[in-house]
Amino acid sequence: MSALLETHNLEVFYGDFQALFGVDVVINEGETVAIIGSNGAGKSSFLNALCGLNPSQPDQIRLEGVAVGGTPAFDMVRKGVALVPEGRRLFPSLSVEENLLVGIHGMSEDRGWTLDAIYDLFPILKERRNQPSTTLSGGQQQMVAIGRALMSNPKILLCDEISLGLAPGVVKDVYVAVTEIKRRGTTVLIVEQDLNAALDAADRVYCFMEGRVSLEGRPSELTREQIQEAYFGI
Amino acid sequence: MSLTNTIIQGVLLGGLYALYAAGLSLIFGVMRLVNLAHGDFIVLAAYVILALASAFVIPPFFAMLIALPFLFALGWAIQRVILNRTVEENLLVPLLVTFGLQIIIQNGLLQGFTADSRRLSLGGIETASISLGGISFGVMPLLTFVAAIAVIGGMSALFYMTAMGRMLRATSDNRTYAQIVGINPHKVFAIAMGLAFIVIAVAAFFMGARSNFDPSQGPARLLFAFEAVVIGGLGSLWGTLAGGIILGVSQAVGAAIHPQYQILAGHIVFLLIILFRPRGLFPKQ
Repeated sequence: MSALLETHNLEVFYGDFQALFGVDVVINEGETVAIIGSNGAGKSSFLNALCGLNPSQPDQIRLEGVAVGGTPAFDMVRKGVALVPEGRRLFPSLSVEENLLVGIHGMSEDRGWTLDAIYDLFPILKERRNQPSTTLSGGQQQMVAIGRALMSNPKILLCDEISLGLAPGVVKDVYVAVTEIKRRGTTVLIVEQDLNAALDAADRVYCFMEGRVSLEGRPSELTREQIQEAYFGI
Repeated sequence: MSLTNTIIQGVLLGGLYALYAAGLSLIFGVMRLVNLAHGDFIVLAAYVILALASAFVIPPFFAMLIALPFLFALGWAIQRVILNRTVEENLLVPLLVTFGLQIIIQNGLLQGFTADSRRLSLGGIETASISLGGISFGVMPLLTFVAAIAVIGGMSALFYMTAMGRMLRATSDNRTYAQIVGINPHKVFAIAMGLAFIVIAVAAFFMGARSNFDPSQGPARLLFAFEAVVIGGLGSLWGTLAGGIILGVSQAVGAAIHPQYQILAGHIVFLLIILFRPRGLFPKQ
């Protein structure tokens, strides 16, 4: 497998505050990779840097070997990096279908994700297509956020806390969709606090602690003690 | 009959205020920018139409049509070159910059066109009227009102029925997260300002055809536009039309009581509405 997205010595600052300290991560094509860690570990800062919402230096992020660090978010999505942000961040004045269609603006290449394909993945959205997105349940809003990102036909889908605030049954449905997205050939990077959901879905896991990678490996090869130590530092 | 006539004349006057306000509402709705130079942009557009009509010896209406692409480009350029540098800052920066633009436009127009009052001459249609049920309707006020409905209807269709409208609304909802779907907010803002300048051109045509104008009249146009937008509800297009009508009717009723109360009555109604409905009558949800 070739590396699709890599970070080298990635650092992220918010003014004087440093959130990430020299993070090295490799995500191979076709993989599902999970980033786990406690609150404030730097997971979302990492994802926001990958998609261009947080500034970075060109060589700190490479997509298919090309330096793309510091590229604005609206260009990163055209290069194939799409984000499902924490809290969904749907556009409240747009209907469900409009929220999906607005995702097309970021498309540079057709990889098979059309409106019909999104409705096949999440049939409930087709029934609710004309409703304001704000009237949906949390799980359905998460489906819209995932569908909106997929409409740009990304090479890699970045999912930030997609289980946050959802009932366990809904989380299961969302992760079934993530498995299907991977099966269709889209690389997936998940940032997740729900350890079990992340470990079940991922081929490889990185654990972040205080802005640094504290552990890396395949879920099947990591012991619970190793993960606890890397996660909590105890 | 007299009260009915007063209200009808007020409604028609409201069409002109709605035209003044539509561009301001569009800009505020999309980028949350309070454009203090809006009234001066209207006066500037009126001078552009006047200059084209004089240069090519054509009716002002055709001069306005010729001016549309030029004014779109001017609005786009002002946003790209000047205002986009201010929209990420706090509210004070764009206020100061648009205030500066106001000064520059007024003095530039004074330099180029002197302080003399001008008018866009449309010939006999300016004074033409039709009578219906004992009430006379001026043709120009009627056309102004129809234009206001057409402009706001067109903007509404653009916003709610096109891909461009989806981009404008998404950017208005959340400019940061609009980027993750491939929208460059600064480009969208420039397009929005270009569109606002098209609306400004229409407003300028009717302003110039219905009254004299000179370089100092921008702030008064801004005030009426601002009041109509706030009365109607911030960011609401049809609310802007309603705001213009309420302002127009208020002024017409005030003028019927005593001519010196015309402007004052509009301001009083505006104050009452922001006192009891600070977000306006039909705010964008």
